[in-house]
Parts: sequence; structure tokens; C-alpha cells
Amino acid sequence: MKRFNYVGLLAIYKFELSRFKRTFWQSLVTPIITTMLFLLVFGNAIGERVGGISGVSYAAFIIPGLIMLTILNESLSNSSFGIYMPKFNGTIYEILSAPLSPYEIALGYVGAAASKSILLGLLILCTAIFFIDIPIQHPFLMFAFLIYISFVFSMIGFIIGIVSKSFDQLQFVPLLIITPLTFLGGAFYSIDMLPEIWRTATLLNPIIYIISTFRWSFLGVSPVSIYVSLGVITVIFLLSLTLIVIIFRTGYRVKT
Amino acid sequence: MQKSNPIVLSSLVKTFPNGLVALDGVNLEIQEGEIFALLGPNGAGKTTLINIICGLSTKTSGDVKVDGLDIERHFREVRQLIGLVPQELYTDMFETVWDTVCFSRGLFGLPKDSPLVEKILNDLSLWSKRQEIMKNLSGGMKRRVLIAKALAHEPRILFLDEPTAGVDVELRQDMWELIRSYKKQKVTIILTTHFIDEAETLADRVGVINQGKLILVEDKISLMTKLGKKTLVIYLEERINKTANVISRFNLDVKNDGLELEYTFDENEEGTAISDLIRALAAEGIHFKTLETKKSSLEEIFLDLVVKKK
Repeated sequence: MKRFNYVGLLAIYKFELSRFKRTFWQSLVTPIITTMLFLLVFGNAIGERVGGISGVSYAAFIIPGLIMLTILNESLSNSSFGIYMPKFNGTIYEILSAPLSPYEIALGYVGAAASKSILLGLLILCTAIFFIDIPIQHPFLMFAFLIYISFVFSMIGFIIGIVSKSFDQLQFVPLLIITPLTFLGGAFYSIDMLPEIWRTATLLNPIIYIISTFRWSFLGVSPVSIYVSLGVITVIFLLSLTLIVIIFRTGYRVKT
Repeated sequence: MQKSNPIVLSSLVKTFPNGLVALDGVNLEIQEGEIFALLGPNGAGKTTLINIICGLSTKTSGDVKVDGLDIERHFREVRQLIGLVPQELYTDMFETVWDTVCFSRGLFGLPKDSPLVEKILNDLSLWSKRQEIMKNLSGGMKRRVLIAKALAHEPRILFLDEPTAGVDVELRQDMWELIRSYKKQKVTIILTTHFIDEAETLADRVGVINQGKLILVEDKISLMTKLGKKTLVIYLEERINKTANVISRFNLDVKNDGLELEYTFDENEEGTAISDLIRALAAEGIHFKTLETKKSSLEEIFLDLVVKKK
């Protein structure tokens, strides 16, 4: 008997991607349009008054933040919805009764959600490049960070999907925690522009490290050390992984 | 070497966090190739038992072995052997019949096998619906799809949790035929049902579970012989006087306003009582038109075991 059910994992992955295709407008087109509207309003209309930041136009400066704003929310939503729906409609019975380890199940859902986010991030970037001149100092690292951050937040989304008891709870973290933290985490400004007390307070927001890392790959500069930022993301990754392990070991809200 | 039974449960206990004991030390051996019907009232523990074997629920204590393998340590090998048709119609509403059956096969780590899926869909009269999305199907059709999904990886053991709940009479007959055909293919079938006639028709052995305890496990025919009772119905020519001696002497039930008498007896213990009864009727000048004997059904035995003992 093989030790790793990659065909089963792939079945979950493909199933989730086919859901993505079914909700093409909601999953792909809407986030791109929303991001472009942000870019139009903040980048062009307001940006001309703000001037340049970190050696680039304001519009170019906010692109990495806008991509992160979308990626974080989409990773959470896609992953949480992906595992919550089979729990909600009962079809999780066939996932749990299949010869799949908990880690294969998690990888299937997280991998699919992360893939969607990566695709979305790249499409937003490609669309933005048409309109705005934006430098990408470290393109390979930019791509690597996009993958890493999408995976980490898809893992958090998977946890949310497992612990949620209702659609209301499913939306709580993305809408009431992540979105405000992203707005306050430097998506639209550099924290160097803040007064010292607010700058220090902002450093407690983990999202600042994520946006800073991603923006660093574009601009080559960051208000916080890139190594500290990567360390914070890795801590979030390890915490999420630990929680997933605990959930599956105990069967918490998965098995009766 | 003697082959082990496909499923062996030893002292299986399941206690839910709220303290409810759903299974209370269940011991059970399912034999290769049989149809085993698990009967019990609502909340008796039937679905919990199935869920534990299939990996949907965790046991509190005890051992569960499938094909000689522990269900937790060897979960991959064990689950590969098992197909499950759940009680509820759990489906992905927007998937097509074809895709959802292929998806189930994929979950079991098996490559796509279109001829096999085609055969299963044909066997279940689903071939014409293969491109239909699930939400457009009737309840009976959805039930068939769930069976198709459970069969997609060619299991050797099939759990059918209330397979004919909510289906019409014709489909029920089709399902029974299907179950029989899988038995012919040496698939071991564990069936839970509320329709006791279903168990009576299909099962080789019957288990009765109540309040988490397995009350009995018995070969169906010997169960009906051992626990079954017979009733002799006597259709009278004239209404009987309810004070007639024969009524109290043989503990007869007077029915149909005195035109029928019923005498219930245990066919295993019966000796000369019927001939004595007939002689007594004649002696009291009570004449009858005809006689009829009825054998108690599995349903009556079940009610006797479970409901009347509450």
C-alpha cells in the first residue's frame, strides 16, 4: 500500500479548482476590478497630490499592498469556504472515509486555495503593469513570497473553515480582523510616514511584516528588516501548522 | 490459514462529550460475503457504529479490525476495502453525476476508469443522467448516485445506512436487486434499515441494537424460528358467547365482534394444544368455517425485543 495518496490529494485539489471555475466572476474578475478601482482612486486621484514614496510614484508604491490586500482575503476566504462547505452540506463524509491522511486533506484544500490566490496576484500585477510603471527589484523572490504568503494564509483559512460553526463566523476573521489590519498595516502608506508612537504601535500588527516583505521584493527597500519580517511570517506559518496538527489529532469539529 | 472475518468489533465503546453512551461494549463479527442487517430504533447506535468503522467518528475504547487490520493504524488499507452509503442525501449540488462518481474514485487513490464508472452508472440506471447536475435529480436518483460513489473504488465491504429511506416502491425493489447482485459478487454488505421487511427479505443474519447494546445477533431464519410465534385464526359460523369456557381455557383473543378467535402459540413448544382446542370447540358446540395460521414477521419479533421491553 502506498504511503502517500497523491491521487486523492489531487482529486480534492482539482475539485476545488473546478469550484473556482464555476464562480469565475466572483472569484477572479471581481477582485481584479476591485483592486483596479483602488488603484484608480488612490493611485491616480489621490496619488498625484501625495507625490512619490520610496523613490517611486504613489500608485506604484501601493500596488504590492493592494495585491496583498486581495491575496490575504482571498486565501482566507477560498480555503475556509473550501473545507466549510463539505462540513455544511455533509459531503465531508466521503473525504473522511477515504484513505487520505489528515495532511493530504489539508494540503488538497490549502494547495487549491493558495493556487487561486497566486493566480489572482499575478493577474492583478499583470493588469497593473499595463497602467503603472512599477519596478520589480527581486522578481524571483517576489514570486516566492507570493507563494509563501498565499500558503500561510490559506492554512489560516483552513483552520477558520474547520472551527467555524456558521457562515457568519466564516466571514468574521477576513472582514473584521484581516481587512482592518491590512489597511492599518501599510497597504496604502509607509509606516515611516507615521509619528513615532503610531509607528511603534503599528509594529504590533503582523500584517505590516507581510506587506513590507512583499513590497521589498518590488522596491528593494523596507521600513522593517526583511529578516525580521520573514521571521514573523514563519512564526505565523508554524503556529498555523501546529493548530492544523492539533485539529486533526483530536478530530476537533471534524469527527464526532 | 483460516481467513479472518472482514469486520470484528471487540468491546467497542463510544461516549460522546455530553456523556451519552452511544455504544456500550459492542462485540460483533461480520462474516465474509454475508448481508448483515443491523436493526434498532432511532438513536440506538447503528449510525455511530458505522461511522466508527468508516473513520467518521472516533471510538472511546475497544478494538475494531477490518480484514484483520486495526482501523486506525492501517486506515489506508482498511478504508480501501470499504464503501459507505450514508443515511442522508449528502451531495455536491453543482457537480455532474459523472464528475462526482469519478471524484469519489479519485479520493481512494485510484486512476480514472471510465468503463467501470459507465458500468456502475448503467447498473444503477444512471447512465442517461450522467451529465445532469446533482441538484436537478430527484431524491431517489440522488440515492442511486450515493451508491454509485460508494462503489466507484470497488469495495469488498459495503455499508448501506438506510439505503431505501425516501425512495418509491419500484426503486426499493431495484435497490434490493442491486444489493443481491453485489452479494453474488462476494461483497460483504452491512445494512441498517427501519424497514424490517427489507431485512427479512435481504439479510442472512440480523443484529438488534438498542441503547448502545447489541441485544442479539442471529441467523435470520433461526431467529424467526426461535423467537417467532404462530397464530391460529378461527373463523366462526356464528358469534361466540364471550363467556364460553374455551376462551379462558386456551387464552383466546376474541376478534371481529365474536366472529373470529385467535390462538397464539410457540411452534417450538406446541404439542397437542391445537387438536385439544378444536375438540373443545366441538364439545361446546362452536362451529367454524375455516382456519388460518399466521407466522410472526421479523417486525413483530423486533418489536417484541426492543419496543415492548422499554
